[in-house]
Amino acid sequence: MTLATDQNAEITARTVRPRALIRTLTSNRSTFVGLVITVTLAIVTVLALFGALPHDPLAQDPPERLRAPSGDFWFGTDQFGRDVFSRVAAGVGNSVLIAVVAVAFATLVGTAAGLVAGFYRGFSDTAIGGVTNILFAFPPLLLALALASVFDRNWFTIAVAIAVVYTPIFVRVTRGPVLSLREVEYVRAAVSTGQSRLMVMLKHVLPNITSIIIVQVTLSLSWAVLTEASLSFLGLGTPPPAPSLGSMIYEARTLVTVAPWTMLAPGIVVVLLVVGLNLLGDGLRDTYDPRNRGNR
Amino acid sequence: MMLEEFLHNGVVRRVGQALFTLLGVAVVVFVMLRAIPGDQITSNLGTEAAALTPDQRAALEAYYGIDQPLFSQFFSWLGNVLTGNLGFSSRAQTSVAELTLQALPVTFELAVLSIAFALVMGILLGMLSASRPNSARDAAGQVVGLAGLSIPAFLLATTLMSVLASEFGFNPNGEPYARLLQDPLLNLKQMFLPALVLGFGVAAPIMRTTRTAVLEVKSGDFVRTARAKGVPPRRLQIRHVLRNALVPIVTMTGLQFGYLLGGAVVIEQVFSIPGIGRQVLLGIQQNEYALVQSTVLVIALAFVLVNLLTDLLYRIIDPRVRAA
Repeated sequence: MTLATDQNAEITARTVRPRALIRTLTSNRSTFVGLVITVTLAIVTVLALFGALPHDPLAQDPPERLRAPSGDFWFGTDQFGRDVFSRVAAGVGNSVLIAVVAVAFATLVGTAAGLVAGFYRGFSDTAIGGVTNILFAFPPLLLALALASVFDRNWFTIAVAIAVVYTPIFVRVTRGPVLSLREVEYVRAAVSTGQSRLMVMLKHVLPNITSIIIVQVTLSLSWAVLTEASLSFLGLGTPPPAPSLGSMIYEARTLVTVAPWTMLAPGIVVVLLVVGLNLLGDGLRDTYDPRNRGNR
Repeated sequence: MMLEEFLHNGVVRRVGQALFTLLGVAVVVFVMLRAIPGDQITSNLGTEAAALTPDQRAALEAYYGIDQPLFSQFFSWLGNVLTGNLGFSSRAQTSVAELTLQALPVTFELAVLSIAFALVMGILLGMLSASRPNSARDAAGQVVGLAGLSIPAFLLATTLMSVLASEFGFNPNGEPYARLLQDPLLNLKQMFLPALVLGFGVAAPIMRTTRTAVLEVKSGDFVRTARAKGVPPRRLQIRHVLRNALVPIVTMTGLQFGYLLGGAVVIEQVFSIPGIGRQVLLGIQQNEYALVQSTVLVIALAFVLVNLLTDLLYRIIDPRVRAA
């Protein structure tokens, strides 16, 4: 996570033009692959959340247990005869839902705090900076783990725990550019014409940092997915029987030699999900990072 | 002289900031513990706590000090921590300080080995990628880097462990954990896979940083001059290019320490290594809040110290930071 903070410090603030964005996403091969993977899994998420799956992901059927992948069970069945494909799809839905809610929260709170700190400076900057430093003092996974252990666990509290961890990144990533933007002539001009500082911040500063936020959102989604999977692997994610990619991998670790599909299916899908988001995030970053332009 | 220079560089301010951060960390950890439903009494007595008379309950509250205002509870806890009293683990029947002293060196060894693996993998791959940008070898390097960022440590760990155990009968972690000083050979065998897996995750950002930094340094005038002077290629790569690319690499390595400590929780769990990460997890699973609270505090302390050291090291390596 620190990686992106570091590199984004170099990204110049720019507005996002939709047509240029689409061109970016489709012109670079690896970015396009990332887009395809992400969109596919987003569709799976929607289908899973609406329950449109070939089998009930929770229904146990002992006679059908540990079946190899077939036309009926695309990814085989697990030790309780549950359909692995449906469970993986439901797990993707669960992971993506948590990641999206967590990152949405982190983006809103973190960006707002970063804007205020950078634009108003003074006490708010010191206070927000202090809190950010404190949250950064915890290793990310450890903070999420500690928070998850405090709450009564369900998908929403897990999302909140992950959100708290990733909020400071958004503060740090937006504050820097806002600091330099407040000195730019058109922003000073807007202030001098008597517009309220809040309006100037929202109308003239915020649009100029959207590119930074978009890059950060994409990369944060991939870390949030990884964090959620790690938490559920450790038994601190959404409680069973709700299918989750991390807990499926945990359960499959003793079955891997007899029924490798129970491990391979959730494993490959979680990697695909993270790779897709990373490729997309890298592509976006390269577009908005002037140092990388012409490098590809 | 030295001291004056340090004061001038804002080192004192940086240290002060770290102390302030640590105080905040203590507050967060304290508040987090108070947010848990129930208290020491219910966690020790379980459902029997409901049978206590008001008098008994008040006596127990006074015993645990939880009848005091939160503010004074915080400072008495902080005072205890600062004097080395980290609490008592009722399951292990030892002090948390004792447990932590046992676990810290284990995690430290794991961290050092992982960083060593990560530096070797990351710098070699990064230099390989940068040696011919946009070539096949660059692409291969980048794919390995992406894999390091995207494959969850727990997935790689469980897969490697089960495949090596079932196919090759290699399962040193199936035996009880051997401490480094007792049985160095078995210890290193047990640490090999965990350090490799953790190091792989850390190698990816190091690889990317190395690639970018080397490409940037290589385009510098002094490299062209050195080449024109006839400096042999290998010497040019190491003495001229890598040395100058080292600053961002060191920074990135320091920053990865947080990932490493978080990853240690997962890796120590998978490989049954009795380190500090496993201690947190056990504490959480067994509702031993004193254990969780103190261990999280110790880990955050370690993380803040490493960040501070990286920052100071950075000033020593790069004279430009000192001037700034």
